[in-house]
Amino acid sequence: MAAIKPRISVQYAENATIITFTDEKILEERDIQALQKSVMSVVEQAEQINLILDFRNVRFLSSAVLGLLLRVSKKVYEHQGTLKLCNIDPKIYEIFRITRLTKVFDIHKDLESAMSAGGKAAG
Amino acid sequence: MAAELPISCSMVLKTEPSAIVGLCNKILSELQSNRFSQDDVFAVHLAIEEAFINAIKHGNKMDTAKKVKVEYLIAPGKVEISMTDQGEGFDPETVPDPRVGENLYKPEGRGLFLINSYMDVVTFNERGNQVRMVRFKEKPPLTKSQSQTQA
Repeated sequence: MAAIKPRISVQYAENATIITFTDEKILEERDIQALQKSVMSVVEQAEQINLILDFRNVRFLSSAVLGLLLRVSKKVYEHQGTLKLCNIDPKIYEIFRITRLTKVFDIHKDLESAMSAGGKAAG
Repeated sequence: MAAELPISCSMVLKTEPSAIVGLCNKILSELQSNRFSQDDVFAVHLAIEEAFINAIKHGNKMDTAKKVKVEYLIAPGKVEISMTDQGEGFDPETVPDPRVGENLYKPEGRGLFLINSYMDVVTFNERGNQVRMVRFKEKPPLTKSQSQTQA
């Protein structure tokens, strides 16, 4: 049986919930929908979540993932939470930069800086 | 060992997201074998994925009876890919800029913008159901008049 993809790992730290994408590529729409379901379920279970999405393993993604992140951002905002992204590969960061999503998302170099940064409302 | 250039190929693919995977891997592997840079490989990968999704989703409207024709050419200095869907076509000039105003917060509408950003030449046929994308291995030097304009 094929492995269920994409996979995430969820870590509950003292002041933050950290979701790490474990796949190197996030591409296919059905995978992105599955990913959205998993992430949304984590957001919905918490009150005022301080969510950090860790991209340390991701080397390629499509524009559909940007859509997923915007939907997650909206959901986090509706729950009065905060959202941070971290460990984004330089080539992927370039996608955020040219689409100007660096203005929308609170992006940090690494997990440590994301965890130590103050809350900035998502959205 | 890298195959002798130019390499060209034409394939007809099904309207399903995974149909592009094999061909995409083949093109990327040939680019790597022919010493295209990692930036070139990333750019072409992104453009292929975005163009194919546009072709099956917006062009063929996920109608599995319809196909997408993909043609590519890898020459010593460039890679050229064209995709033709069986949809009605569209006018790329009418696609809004995803970076402006409320569009920035919309979850969709960035595929074409990314293709335009990462490929050096992007053209559509008159009907708007065929995209042709070119990425040069080494960027063409600016002409004297262009460099004066940009200075």
